[in-house]
Amino acid sequence: MNIIVCIKQVPDTAEVKINPETNTLVREGVPSIINPYDLHALEAALQIREQTGGKVSVITMGPPQAENVLREAVSMGADEVRLISDRAFAGSDTWATSYTLYKAIKKINYDIILCGKQAIDGDTAQVGPEVAEFLNIPHIAYVRKIDELASGTIRVQRLMDDGYDVVESSLPVLLTVVKEINTPRFPSLKGKMAAKKAVITKMDMRAIGAEEENVGLKGSPTQVRNIFAPQLKSDRRMLQGSVEEQVTALVKELRGLKCVLS
Amino acid sequence: MRIIINTEKCTGCAECIASCPYTAIEIKDGKAFINEYCQFCRTCMSVCPEGVIIEVADEGDKQKAGLSEYLAAYQGVWVFTEQREGKIASVAYELLGAGRRLAEELKTQVAAVLFGASEDAARELISWGADKVYHCGDPIFEKFNDEPYAQMLMSLIKDHKPGIVLAGATALGRSFIPRVAARLKTGLTADCTALEIDKETGNLLQIRPAFGGNIMATILCPANRPQIATVRPRVMKRIEADHGRKGEVVPVDAGNLICRTKVIETLKETSECMVNLQEAEVIVAGGRGMSNAKGFGMLEELAVLLGGAVAASRAAVDEGWIPYIHQVGQTGKTVCPKVYIACGISGAVQHLAGMQSSDIIIAINKNPEAPIFNAATYGIVGDVNEVIPVLIKKLKEGKQ
Repeated sequence: MNIIVCIKQVPDTAEVKINPETNTLVREGVPSIINPYDLHALEAALQIREQTGGKVSVITMGPPQAENVLREAVSMGADEVRLISDRAFAGSDTWATSYTLYKAIKKINYDIILCGKQAIDGDTAQVGPEVAEFLNIPHIAYVRKIDELASGTIRVQRLMDDGYDVVESSLPVLLTVVKEINTPRFPSLKGKMAAKKAVITKMDMRAIGAEEENVGLKGSPTQVRNIFAPQLKSDRRMLQGSVEEQVTALVKELRGLKCVLS
Repeated sequence: MRIIINTEKCTGCAECIASCPYTAIEIKDGKAFINEYCQFCRTCMSVCPEGVIIEVADEGDKQKAGLSEYLAAYQGVWVFTEQREGKIASVAYELLGAGRRLAEELKTQVAAVLFGASEDAARELISWGADKVYHCGDPIFEKFNDEPYAQMLMSLIKDHKPGIVLAGATALGRSFIPRVAARLKTGLTADCTALEIDKETGNLLQIRPAFGGNIMATILCPANRPQIATVRPRVMKRIEADHGRKGEVVPVDAGNLICRTKVIETLKETSECMVNLQEAEVIVAGGRGMSNAKGFGMLEELAVLLGGAVAASRAAVDEGWIPYIHQVGQTGKTVCPKVYIACGISGAVQHLAGMQSSDIIIAINKNPEAPIFNAATYGIVGDVNEVIPVLIKKLKEGKQ
């Protein structure tokens, strides 16, 4: 099987905060990492390769420094890596990003495309399914387990809000995965050596054959109008007294809310 | 439109770098420059002490030819009303309420779109705020497969040209709606928590959290239609059902739909209390402080008493005390119940990101310094193993 894994370099969002006074982002010293969900996608790809043979290709779209996450992917075991980078991609929303990835993926042979369920900076979960639509292949989102993989079909468990579905699909297919699917491996020493020497294929707008009007800001239907800090609660009340007294006070407050404990 | 830095006047002070949410500014040769990560949020413009970061209009995209005619052709607010096993998801009623508010502001109508379920279920949507219901009862929609759902919605949109399309930010909505947006080349905003109309332009202002809930962003889709948004369950208010409301059910034929996936079986998590966290009004959540899986048995008892669901922090899930489907936080689900009871959860920022918009947060923790208390409405300092049995006892007393 030939597998493509789409990864993204993201700021470690747990560290990103807004300064409430200036309404600007405080991101000093915030490290850039591989989107955590994408590590699970890569691990799933490596496991499929171990089972069936084939090749794992990793692609990312981003600025030149996104090369770092590609080297990390090689250290885990990726066979080849591609950086899709062009100043013309500036300002891409999910539509333009999906279009750009689709154009790049069309140049590669694949049976399965794997993505993390979402990136932790944007949290949209849209790029995977959009890429599938552009490629005109089926997709299954929120995959937590691959049950069976045969030539031409795959059977997976898809997480839903109230449980899960067992879903079968023809190949080629795009899957987005949740963390439950596996535990990503650590890079091996050999992998780290390979990462240092890895040749990174760089592709710009012309190389992938993308049209200018569909990439970057021009190709993006949505725009960010402004950003602001979420409002935090300010009505905190610490209950006092013994456990018995505190619980009594709490139950009284809860009964005051018509929605519960009717 | 582009954001540019006047490099001649840039002092290389790096103020803009610290302000950029997207790592889109770098210093090269002592001057700042904007790379391809730029999302045009304009934050850097307001922090530059020299005022040398400016917005410039690109030639040619000032007015797309015929833009106003194009926009005017798309009218009305649509709500995709999701069903599972014939039952309408509660987020659908919330969206009908939100859709009504937007439609009244825009002086237009609300249409519901229902795939699967019965005609009675379709008719019922009128009393919840729909003026029209496009209903396709074809058996292909009984189980959820992305492709037929996406194709059907696309073809309806092409035929009827709505201005706004709303869907629940559920596993189902967030999976298939992106295909629709991709094919129609229009904007899609994920997981919105507020929707407003821009008074000047009539555009939909789509407000959503990003960066794990640390930041809110307002998103616009000014020149493409329809404007599509998925909306987080439990943030919009449903309106009272009015069974006298008049409306029309429009039956739709499925035609030929491609479907290359097949749902073999659907499995519910087996648990006495509900597991659908995003629909629950009350959530009882446990963390490392629960000590063991048995502790979660106690939380389940409490949840059943309150008619709620059980959730967990990542720590408890990693310990194997409860399955991942119950996990709330940045790497789990985002929930917004009326009452969230956090038991033995310290309140790491990743957990807060998943539950801080709950109406009322009750924190029970033995460490008075735990950050969960900063997000709490009510706080009890005490050992969960002591507090919860008392709480269960008191609630049972009240029921008799």
